[in-house]
Amino acid sequence: MRDFDYIRPATIPDAIAAAAEPGSAYLAGGTNLLDLMKGGITSPERIVDISRLPELNRIERLEDGGLRIGALVRNADLAHDAAFAKAYPMVAEALLSGASAQLRNAATVGGNLLQRTRCSYFYDTASACNKRVSGAGCAALGGENRLHAVLGWSDACIATHPSDFCVPLVALDAVVEIEGKQGRRHVTLAEFHLLPGETPQRENALEPGDLIVAVRLPAEAASFAANARYLKIRERTSYAFAVVSAAAALVVDGGKIRAARLALGGVAAKPWRARAAEAVLLGADANEATFAGAADAALADASPSGDNAFKIELARRIVVRALTSAQAGTPERLPALPASPFSSIPGARHDA
Amino acid sequence: MTLELSLNQQPAHTRQGSSIGQPLTRRDGFLKVTGAARYAADNHPSGMLYAVLAVSSIARGRVAALDVEAAKAHKGVVEVMTPRNRPALAADPDAKDHPFMFRLDLLQNEEVRYPNQTIAVVIAETLEAATEGAALLSPRYEALPARVGLDDAESFVPRGVGVGNPAVQHKGDVEAGLKSAKTRIEATYETPAQYHNAMEPHAIVAAWDGDKLSIDTPSQGLAMAQGRISGLFGIAPQNIHIRSPFLGGGFGSKGMISGPQVLGVLAARLVGRPVKLVLRREQMYGPVGHRAPTRQTLRMGMDGEGRLTAIHHHAKTASSTFDDFFEPAADASHTLYASPAITTSHEAVRLDTGTPLFMRAPGEATGSIALESAIDEAAHACGMDPLEFRLRNYAEVEPMTGKPFSSKALRECYSQAAKAFGWASRPLQPRLMRDADGFLTGWGVGTATFPAIMFQAEARAVLKADGSGLMETGAQDMGQGAWTAFAQIAADGLGLDIDQVDFRAGSSDLPNAGIAGGSGHTATAGMAIHNAGAAVIARLADLATGNEASPLFGADNEGVVARGGRLYRRDDENRSESYAEILTRAGLTEIEGHGKGAPDAASQETYAKHAHGAVFAEVKVDPDFGQIRVTRLVGAFAAGRVINPRLVRSQYYGGMIWGVSFALHEEAITDRRSGRIQNANLAEYHVPVNADVPSVEAILIHEDDPYVNALGIKGVGEIGIIGTAGAVANAVWHATGVRPRRFPIRIEDLLG
Repeated sequence: MRDFDYIRPATIPDAIAAAAEPGSAYLAGGTNLLDLMKGGITSPERIVDISRLPELNRIERLEDGGLRIGALVRNADLAHDAAFAKAYPMVAEALLSGASAQLRNAATVGGNLLQRTRCSYFYDTASACNKRVSGAGCAALGGENRLHAVLGWSDACIATHPSDFCVPLVALDAVVEIEGKQGRRHVTLAEFHLLPGETPQRENALEPGDLIVAVRLPAEAASFAANARYLKIRERTSYAFAVVSAAAALVVDGGKIRAARLALGGVAAKPWRARAAEAVLLGADANEATFAGAADAALADASPSGDNAFKIELARRIVVRALTSAQAGTPERLPALPASPFSSIPGARHDA
Repeated sequence: MTLELSLNQQPAHTRQGSSIGQPLTRRDGFLKVTGAARYAADNHPSGMLYAVLAVSSIARGRVAALDVEAAKAHKGVVEVMTPRNRPALAADPDAKDHPFMFRLDLLQNEEVRYPNQTIAVVIAETLEAATEGAALLSPRYEALPARVGLDDAESFVPRGVGVGNPAVQHKGDVEAGLKSAKTRIEATYETPAQYHNAMEPHAIVAAWDGDKLSIDTPSQGLAMAQGRISGLFGIAPQNIHIRSPFLGGGFGSKGMISGPQVLGVLAARLVGRPVKLVLRREQMYGPVGHRAPTRQTLRMGMDGEGRLTAIHHHAKTASSTFDDFFEPAADASHTLYASPAITTSHEAVRLDTGTPLFMRAPGEATGSIALESAIDEAAHACGMDPLEFRLRNYAEVEPMTGKPFSSKALRECYSQAAKAFGWASRPLQPRLMRDADGFLTGWGVGTATFPAIMFQAEARAVLKADGSGLMETGAQDMGQGAWTAFAQIAADGLGLDIDQVDFRAGSSDLPNAGIAGGSGHTATAGMAIHNAGAAVIARLADLATGNEASPLFGADNEGVVARGGRLYRRDDENRSESYAEILTRAGLTEIEGHGKGAPDAASQETYAKHAHGAVFAEVKVDPDFGQIRVTRLVGAFAAGRVINPRLVRSQYYGGMIWGVSFALHEEAITDRRSGRIQNANLAEYHVPVNADVPSVEAILIHEDDPYVNALGIKGVGEIGIIGTAGAVANAVWHATGVRPRRFPIRIEDLLG
C-alpha cells in the first residue's frame, strides 16, 4: 500500500479545505475505499477522515415533513430506526439486503452513494478500464460481462452501480445535500450519478472537496409507506450484489394508481429511475396488464452490452413482481430475508 | 524399552475404552473461539521481516523487466528476490522424481506459465513497505496468447489420471450393451474451475539457524513437506522443524508444500532473518492448486426393466502446461451402479493455469454430479422413480472389479434418508410441486461413495509412573477435529480417561502421521495410535504378569484388560493393579510403545472398500426469476466406525454444504482473452452463506467393517460433497423441468 497522509479535520470547512487538494479522498466507513487502496485501484495521497465529524450522524425530521439523514449515519442504524423503516419501508429493506451485517455496521449513507462499481475489470489493474485510466479502453466489452449494464451504457463503459440503497432513494426523489468550497447546494439523486457517455471516470456531480453531508427525503416520500417493496435477484440468498433489483411504490385508490414510483438497480451506471413506466402506471388500473406495460416501458431502451440479454427479461419480470408486491401492501414486518423473492410472495414463510 | 506391534494384530491384551463414540466437543474449541490458538501467521519471531509476492498479470510469456531499483529505493524495503539473486537450491523445482512431486515456481527463470505466478519477492521491515515495493516493480512482459478454455488447446489422452489410474478402463462391451438397450440416454455436463478458499490463506514464518530451519506453516502432510523442503535445500529432514498445530482449512490445497511457502523459506535464507509470507486472497488463485474444469459425456443403456446394460463415462479436463494432474472424473462410474459393461475414459488439454491439484473429493465430486444427473435422466427415460432406479441398479459387488464390498450399508442409507425426507410422496413428473407460496418445488436424490483409503502413519505411546499417558503423532487438524478424535482413540488405546492423556500432534518432530487427505487420516493415524497403545499396554502387562508381587502374576496366557488406568485379569476382574503401581514396582518412570497404521494389503486385494451415502435435496425455485434456494438437505452415510458423532456430523454438514456450492455457486470466472480470473475474492467467488442452507440433516448409519482396519474406520472427510451436488441438480430439474447441464446452475438457465 502506498504511503499517504492522514488528516482528521475537526470541522466540515476544514475537511473541505483539506479534501479540495488534488489526490485527496474522504474516509468514512472505509468499506469500499480501503479495498480499493489495497488493490491498487485508487492510491490517494491524502486521506481525510471524516468519520468523527460532529453533526453528520443524525436522522432529523424536517418541519416540512421531510427527512434529513446525516451522511455518516451507518447503514445498519438507519435500517433499524423503527420510525424510518415504518415511513420508508422499501429503503430499509434495500439497506438490509445489501452486503453483510458487518459491512452494514460500518458503511455510511454518504459512502453508499459513492461506492464504486463491482465491474471486475475496474478492479483488475492489468485490464483496460476507462474509469481508472481515462481513454484506456473498456476490457469489459467482449469480456466476462453477464452481469453488466443493459441501460444507459456506452462503448466507453458498461459497468453498473452496485448500490441497493440508492434504488428506492432515487424512486422517492431523494436529494443529496452537498457542502463544498462555494457553500451548500442540493442535487437530486437522479442527477447526482452520471451515465458514462464518453467520460466514465466522472461518476457523479461532486467537485473536488465536495462533501456529502446529508440525504434528504421530501415529505411525499412517506406517502408510499403502505404500498412499497424493494426486490433483488441475486445468485445466493445473502451477501451478493443484485443481478437486477427493483423498487416499486404505489398509491392506489379504488383500484386506480394515483401515484407511482419505480426504479431499477443493477442495470446501469446509476440507480435507474423508470419515469416512462411511472407514466404508464399513473391513472391506470392496478393490475397485471398495467404492470406488464410498465415493465415494457421501463426496459424499452434496454440493450445487452454483452452476454447479458437475460437481464433485460429478468428486469421486466422483477418490475412486474415488485409492482404486484407493492400493490399487495408493504409487509407488516420487514421480511427475514429482506428483498428476497423467497419472502416476496404474500404469505411466504420467513424462516431463515 | 520400545515395542512394536504388527498391523491389525489382535493382541492378547485388550483395552476397553469409552472415549470412542462419544460426541465430545472440540478440545481445541476454547483456544479457537478465544483467539488463543496460534496459527502460522500469528508467529512473530524476533527480527522478522515481511515478504510479499509480486505476481504475474499475464498467463504466458516471460518477464522482460522489473524495476528492482525502484522497489529497493522504497523506505523499509530490505531486499528484492528475483531469478538473479534467488539462493541456489539443491534440486531443480521442475524436477519430478515421482508422481506425487509437483513442479514449483521458485523463480527458477523469467518464464511465466500462468497468471498469479510469482515473479519476484519483496522483503521489507513492514508489510506495507513490502506491498508497495512489490507494486513498484512495474513488470514489463513479453506476452503470448493465453490458452484458457477446454477448446483452446489440442486434446490428448493422459498417461494416467488422479493418482495413477489408467485414463481409459473397460469392463464388458459398452457398444454392445448400448445396442441391446431398450432405452438410451446421452448427455454432456460441464463443471467449472474451482479454487480452494480456505479461510486461512497459505502462510509461512521461516527462520534459519545455520543449516537448521524452523517453520510455522499450515500443512496437511508434515512429513511430506519436510521431505520436499529437505530435497530442495539439500539439508537433512531432521534439521527442518515444521509446526502446524492448527490449519484454517486445507481442502487439499495444503497437502503438499506449495511454491509460495518455499519462497518464504528462500526469502529468509536470502536476508538471513526470519521472514513471514502470507498469500493475499487473490494470490491463492494459481500456485496452490485448484479443481480443473471438466466436460463429461455420459451414455447409458437400459433394458425393459430399467437395468443398466452399459455406462460410458467420458471426461475432458485440463492440466497446466508444465505438470500433470488430471481430475479423474469418469472414474466415479467405477463403484456405484451395476452394469455388465462400463467404460471410463479421459482426455485433456493443457492450459495456462497453475497446476490443478487435489481439491476435496478430486474426481469424485466432479464425476458424481455428472453421473448422478445422468442416472436421473436414465430413470426418467425409463419412467422410473430415481430412487427405485438406483435400487434396481444397486451394485452388490464393485461393478468395475467384481470384488465384494468389505461392507456396504447403502440400502440402509437410502431407506433411512428417504424416510426422514418424506421421499415417498414425490410425484414422478417434474414441475408438479408448488408450495403454499407458489414456488416451484423439487426433490432430488444423489448417491455418494468414497474409497476407504489408508496411508502410512506412526505413533508413540508412553505410560508414566504417575499413571498418566502420552500419545504422540504428527497428525494435522485442518478443522476436522483431529485434536479431539485422535485423543479419543489414544485414550481408549491406553486404557485411560481422556483427561489422563497428553495428546501431541501438529509438529514434524513427532512420529510421521501421514497426510490428512483422501479421507484417510482418522483411519491411518488412528490405527497407529491404536497400535501404539496396544504396544505399550502389552509392555505394561508383561511387567505385571511376570512379577510375583503383582495380583496379575501369571495372567499371561489369559491376558489382561486395560481400563481406567488399571490392568484387570481377563478371567478374574477382582484382580487388578493400577498402571502407577506396576511402573513404580518396576522402578520405571515411564515405558513406551510404538505403532503403525497402514492399509492391509491382503484384504485390499480381496475387498472393495468404500464409504457410502445417500443425499436427498429439496429446492424451491422462483417461477419467474429462476432464483434457487435449497430448503432441505437430508443425508445418510455409512462410513464404518464413528469415532466422534458430533465431529462426523460436522464433516457431513460441511461436505453437503459444499455440494450445494458446487451445484449452485462456485465458479472461477476467467477472462477468455487474458486468462486472469476475474472473481478472485470472497465477495464474488460465491460459496453458500447461512441463508442458503436453512436445513441440513446428517444421519449416521451404523456399519461394522472388520476388513478396513481393526478400528473399523472408513473416513468421512469428502463423502458429504459427493451425491449432494447431484441431488441438488436433480431437485432443480424436478422443480422446473429444466435439466441442468452446466454448473453452477445459473438464473438464465432457468428463465425459459
